[in-house]
Amino acid sequence: MEWEAVIGLEIHAQLATKSKIFSGASTAFGAEPNTQACAVDLALPGTLPVFNEEALRMAVKFGLAVDAEIGRKSVFDRKNYFYPDLPKGYQTSQLFHPIVGIGHIDITLEDGTTKRIGVTRAHLEEDAGKSLHDEFPGMTGIDLNRAGTPLLEIVSEPDMRSAEEAVAYVRKIHSLVTSLGICDGNMSEGSFRCDCNVSVRPKGQEEYGTRTETKNINSFRFIEKAIVGEIERQIDLIEDGGRVVQATRLYDADKNETRSMRSKEEANDYRYFPCPDLLPIVIDEDYIDAIRQTLPELPDARKARFIEEYKLSEYDAMVLSADHNMAAYFEVIAKTANDAKLAANWVMGELSKLLNQHDLDITNSPVNAEQLGGLLLRIKDDTISGKIAKQVFEVMWSEGGNADEIIESKGLKQVTDSGAIEQIVDEVIANNTPQVEQYVNAEPDKRGKMIGFFMGQVMKASQGKANPGQVQGVLKQKLDALVS
Amino acid sequence: MSLDRTDVDKIAHLARLQIEEQDAPEYAQNLSNILDLVDQMQAVDTTDVLPMAHPLDAVQRLRSDNVTEDNQRELLQSVAPAVENGLFLVPKVIE
Repeated sequence: MEWEAVIGLEIHAQLATKSKIFSGASTAFGAEPNTQACAVDLALPGTLPVFNEEALRMAVKFGLAVDAEIGRKSVFDRKNYFYPDLPKGYQTSQLFHPIVGIGHIDITLEDGTTKRIGVTRAHLEEDAGKSLHDEFPGMTGIDLNRAGTPLLEIVSEPDMRSAEEAVAYVRKIHSLVTSLGICDGNMSEGSFRCDCNVSVRPKGQEEYGTRTETKNINSFRFIEKAIVGEIERQIDLIEDGGRVVQATRLYDADKNETRSMRSKEEANDYRYFPCPDLLPIVIDEDYIDAIRQTLPELPDARKARFIEEYKLSEYDAMVLSADHNMAAYFEVIAKTANDAKLAANWVMGELSKLLNQHDLDITNSPVNAEQLGGLLLRIKDDTISGKIAKQVFEVMWSEGGNADEIIESKGLKQVTDSGAIEQIVDEVIANNTPQVEQYVNAEPDKRGKMIGFFMGQVMKASQGKANPGQVQGVLKQKLDALVS
Repeated sequence: MSLDRTDVDKIAHLARLQIEEQDAPEYAQNLSNILDLVDQMQAVDTTDVLPMAHPLDAVQRLRSDNVTEDNQRELLQSVAPAVENGLFLVPKVIE
């Protein structure tokens, strides 16, 4: 039987506010346990929440970016459950009147096609603390620094049909929230995490199959693997005569499989009701319009501009525009070197390669845009070849410095002196008699290809420093002189 | 509307309340009375009444996004039954 997967996603994006959603405690990552948990975060008796205006502004920005209905009146509700990292016994969230209503985004797939994915809603809520289960025998350690950090939970429609579509959607939302500056997008620190709802059904069937939810996946790669694995598991289960049980599952990255989680939601009855401690949030058109004016350039617009302004290919423009830091980096280089194609190749090639190897983000790149731009300038003015430039780049990466200093100190300047080049060419011709004979005796139309061997020898003899264009000319002239 | 023993047990479990066996019928009766009152209110025609989220006719005031709280861990943890390495300790919640 042919099966079809149905995928819907819930993304939790931590909003990049300085203080918490309902208290004045800091949200900075990595502090000593419980040093950023104040009386409100600890739910001590008599404390009351006061809502952070920046969290509201950020949520509205997101709503505008996904072309959504903005809730003119939104209301906080209490989601009741018991867990030690949630001191109040309820999470303050929004169920009935979320700040962001129905919207949509367009995703681009690898084959170049685009697909519209519905955003059901996005609502504000508070994050819980962290539980450490392994450090103390018989006890659980609780760190409440994260408790009360503002979250925007972004819920999609079940519009995705493959892991590829799901990952493209998550990447697009990631690109949006980071471009908007409302989330730092750091997945390894948990600032951006994803719950995947997956079900399967026979192709052509209207109604959905039973779904499972895999929670808190924090890398693009794991999202893809977890979904692929869960789809296979469900199909195998049904084909073997079993049936899918609605459950919350946990993704185990080490084993690359999902497993059923002993859930705090066994009773799954949150008894939502409007939070009496918080009044409704009311905003008007002026407020929304003012925020609309402050929206930065969004990834789709940036991609279109890159194609228009820099004449980049669709693919290059998509890769370079998705991350706003990467985009800014690229633009500096493209302008410094005055060559967008060269800049694009370097950012997507050498730079991305080293960043990936060292597991670094572009914002942590040891080589900044000015340095790389300066290097490309030296390729453009023929001071060095592209190949030598890679050597310079590696030195720049590990030792720092600008291109001119490195070229100078390592003696990498390209040899353009025609006397020097002729001398090397003569040596190569003299030392490779058999190949020269082959060349002379070959059909004229085969010679073009054979010249490559001599090119290689000359470049090697010059340690890569001879100007390739000049070498080619001198070689051809000298070899062809031997033919007649 | 009347609640039976199973309903009472479920509500108690959700609220993490331990109830004594002999008290259950009384709880069932009291809770049923509350629901009867709700039924009575449900009977009122509210067609033209807008739902409200809060009894006060006011809107939420907002706080500017500034860090105003200092680290008071020592003070705040002085009332905790068990603390280690800056963490609150609670009975283990998963096996």
